[in-house]
Amino acid sequence: MAEKLVIIGNGMAPGRMLEELFDAAPGRFDVTIFNAEPRVNYNRLMLSPVLSGEKTYEEIITHGDDWYEANNVTLHKSSPVTLIDRDARTVLSTNGIVAHYDHLVIATGSSPFVPPMPGHQLPGVVTYRDLDDVDKMVAACERGGKAVVLGGGLLGLEAAAGLRMRGMDVTVLHLAPTLMERQLDPAAGYLLEKAFVERGITVITRANTKEVLGTDKVEGVLLDDGTIIPADLMVMAVGIRPSSGLAKAAGIAVNRGIVVDDQMRTDDPAIYALGECAEHRGMCYGLVAPLYEQGQILAKTLIGHEASYQGSVTSTKLKVTGIDLFSAGDFGEGEDREEIVLRDATAGVYKRLVLKDDKIIGAVLYGETGDGPWFFDMLRRQTDTRQMRETLIFGQAYQGGSPLDPMAAVAALPDEAEICGCNGVCKGKITAAITSKSLTNLDGVRAHTKASASCGSCTGLVEQLLHATLGDAYNPAAVQPMCGCTEYGHDDVRRMIIAKNLKSIPQVMQELEWKTSCGCAKCRPALNYYLVADWPGEYEDDGQSRFINERVHANIQKDGTYSVVPRMWGGMTNPSELRAIADVADKFKIPAVKVTGGQRIDLLGVKKEDLPGVWADLNAAGMVSGAAYAKGLRTVKTCVGSDWCRFGTQDSTGLGIRLEKFMWGAWTPAKLKLAVSGCPRNCAEATCKDIGVVCVDSGYDIHFAGAAGLDIKGTEVLCHADTEDEALEIIVALTQLYREQGRYLERIYKWAKRVGSPSIKANIVEDLTKRRHYYDRFVYSQTFAQVDPWEERVNGKDAHEFAAMAEFGLPMAAE
Amino acid sequence: MHQTNTVPQTEWVEIGTVDAIPRRGARCINTPTGKIAVFRTQEDQIFAIENRCPHKNGPLSEGIVHGASVTCPLHNWVFDLQTGKALGADEGQVRTYPIDVIDGRIFIVPDLMMAAAE
Repeated sequence: MAEKLVIIGNGMAPGRMLEELFDAAPGRFDVTIFNAEPRVNYNRLMLSPVLSGEKTYEEIITHGDDWYEANNVTLHKSSPVTLIDRDARTVLSTNGIVAHYDHLVIATGSSPFVPPMPGHQLPGVVTYRDLDDVDKMVAACERGGKAVVLGGGLLGLEAAAGLRMRGMDVTVLHLAPTLMERQLDPAAGYLLEKAFVERGITVITRANTKEVLGTDKVEGVLLDDGTIIPADLMVMAVGIRPSSGLAKAAGIAVNRGIVVDDQMRTDDPAIYALGECAEHRGMCYGLVAPLYEQGQILAKTLIGHEASYQGSVTSTKLKVTGIDLFSAGDFGEGEDREEIVLRDATAGVYKRLVLKDDKIIGAVLYGETGDGPWFFDMLRRQTDTRQMRETLIFGQAYQGGSPLDPMAAVAALPDEAEICGCNGVCKGKITAAITSKSLTNLDGVRAHTKASASCGSCTGLVEQLLHATLGDAYNPAAVQPMCGCTEYGHDDVRRMIIAKNLKSIPQVMQELEWKTSCGCAKCRPALNYYLVADWPGEYEDDGQSRFINERVHANIQKDGTYSVVPRMWGGMTNPSELRAIADVADKFKIPAVKVTGGQRIDLLGVKKEDLPGVWADLNAAGMVSGAAYAKGLRTVKTCVGSDWCRFGTQDSTGLGIRLEKFMWGAWTPAKLKLAVSGCPRNCAEATCKDIGVVCVDSGYDIHFAGAAGLDIKGTEVLCHADTEDEALEIIVALTQLYREQGRYLERIYKWAKRVGSPSIKANIVEDLTKRRHYYDRFVYSQTFAQVDPWEERVNGKDAHEFAAMAEFGLPMAAE
Repeated sequence: MHQTNTVPQTEWVEIGTVDAIPRRGARCINTPTGKIAVFRTQEDQIFAIENRCPHKNGPLSEGIVHGASVTCPLHNWVFDLQTGKALGADEGQVRTYPIDVIDGRIFIVPDLMMAAAE
């Protein structure tokens, strides 16, 4: 005769258990099921799609009436069991059915926990556990109105999303600071909250609900801070409790749940417990995967096979359409733990793996969960991930290739290592910003950390850090765009300006499909320079696209005052110029006067409105703007040369003055500083200048591409010139080549490194026709450029710059 | 530009004309409590904000104007002229002042400017 197997409860755990049982031992058991619900077995995981209207009840049935019939299962619907008589081995249901058992399985599941706050029994307060709850919510949605969901866990959020899709005005109240805090870390919890808010659901975290308000039905919810949220429906989804009351009443050992051993057996050898009501090794599970595992173990135990349940590692997926979320294991932080984080802000992706001893112990995936099962599998198998550490976070598809070169040198730097000297940014700050702000390129790092944003000399290191931190995800564009307004690099833009005959900034922006309406502070000055350099006499300089220094022809200082530097040709001056400078300093109460490194005098602390007055007085003494503010010709430093020095071989001062008078006013990609030394002792320090001349007995050695600022770099020798005229022509042609090829803000040494000195020599030294063409173009350009900007402004140009628009005295009311 | 509805019964005072400010530029109004920068965009919108970058007090009126934003001349912070909020990665806020433009003449409320230092 068949053994009598009685099951209390008709959920997913016993359903799976029975399938295993019937497969392994068909006909061995005579099965009777008591179901408290008036229906067959359905997939409770799919309740949320039913609530949201995406599925119907019929679609989620797992075992229909025909299944029970085919397997000779007696199903008592609407028959909750009230009593277990262990001596008689019978159970009794509320509707009076008595069944005898040889083996009893308690699978009563769990019940929602409803906090016993005032008003919790009012009509309109529902839980979210079974189809009846769903029906109640759907009915409430048909009436419409406001719903409050208490609990921002898995169930609460699914309920909220479903109610929202049915048109309710939904508020989620959650006690913890972030949603699903047991399954998600705060970062993913934040993304989740954002996604809910985007759906029009109000989320209130740290919400401590005090009371459900209403007289004969729910009218609102009161929080402990006094906030009242109106509500027509309140869903309690704060948690579940194992339903163990029946077992407890029968004297079976119960802790939080019904205590079972590794065979799912209670302390009564004829009685087993399964699913959410069971407690195994101190754990009660509320997710389906462990319950299935328990079902398999129990089926084997019942037919006498050896099987032992070892507990489960669980993973969670939120079942809300459009929100991809996966979490598994333990993702808390700890000293013995490492984490790998990948973020993609635009795509809304967040992935975090927590590792311990090179094994995954936790995973949170948001936005892109395709690799969830793969990570979960490694987590359960305790797979050693050392070999794939560099690419692990990118998922299964990225494995198998050769491991990335982690760029040992940069990778080995300690976090405190300073990367950007200008802004005092260390490695740790950069890598932290890359991960926490989801930075993927140099511009992002510059914006957030300022690293490499000032002088740019650490750009290479920062790029390596990007590469080391992001691995393959960092893909520096082959061409670095000029700025965020365009995809084109500087060189492309310049080529197009010539090729398409573009002669104004709006035209460039239109033809090259600028992404912004009128550019930004990066591209506008660059475009203005390119147009100035490429269309002399045709393009009208746009002052509003110039940095303030070039617009007002003085250097802005940290306090908003300006410094004024008049030209002293070749560093030569005389008593009347010095007297005029002294008088100006007195007259305008200029607080500081300093000798510069470029052999001239700097007047510091001039108020903006005084600038025209200062310039007028300096002009009157014969001085013009020294362009100390300009991306253009600055100074030509000289030594006294053959005029005075016993070692001087040529008139270095004279050549310096001649060069400065020839070239002043020219705009260049970046500042341009020259020097002429009268002998190889090089007192004018010509061999660290943009362009330098070292006079020798036989003529002039022409140097270029030196640097003595952010970088220290000795010049390279361009060529030798026999005469002063030839030297001047070479220097002018070189400058013009730089003007035409240099990217905005690119100093000569950087330009030379980029294009290579052979190409420069080919144009300037080896091909005399070309040299002449460059020279001629410079000379033509100078006919428009050599206007003293100070004089123009003394005569009234841009007067608006230097005067306030309006003045307001103190008591306006007095008028 | 037209924010009259946010201002209670107040006296509007003319400070100058739109033409007096260069497009994509700014000019200042001096008040006892500091300078206010009045901006004119490419599209002739007029905005008034505090002429002081919260970062290191840079004079925002000297910055490059692009769209309805200005880039501080000292360290390139970018501010939205409409809201006064720092854009991009920087965080900060400058005060904004209601402006009304009628027939090319710009009006401001002196009382609100005087409140700048409070």
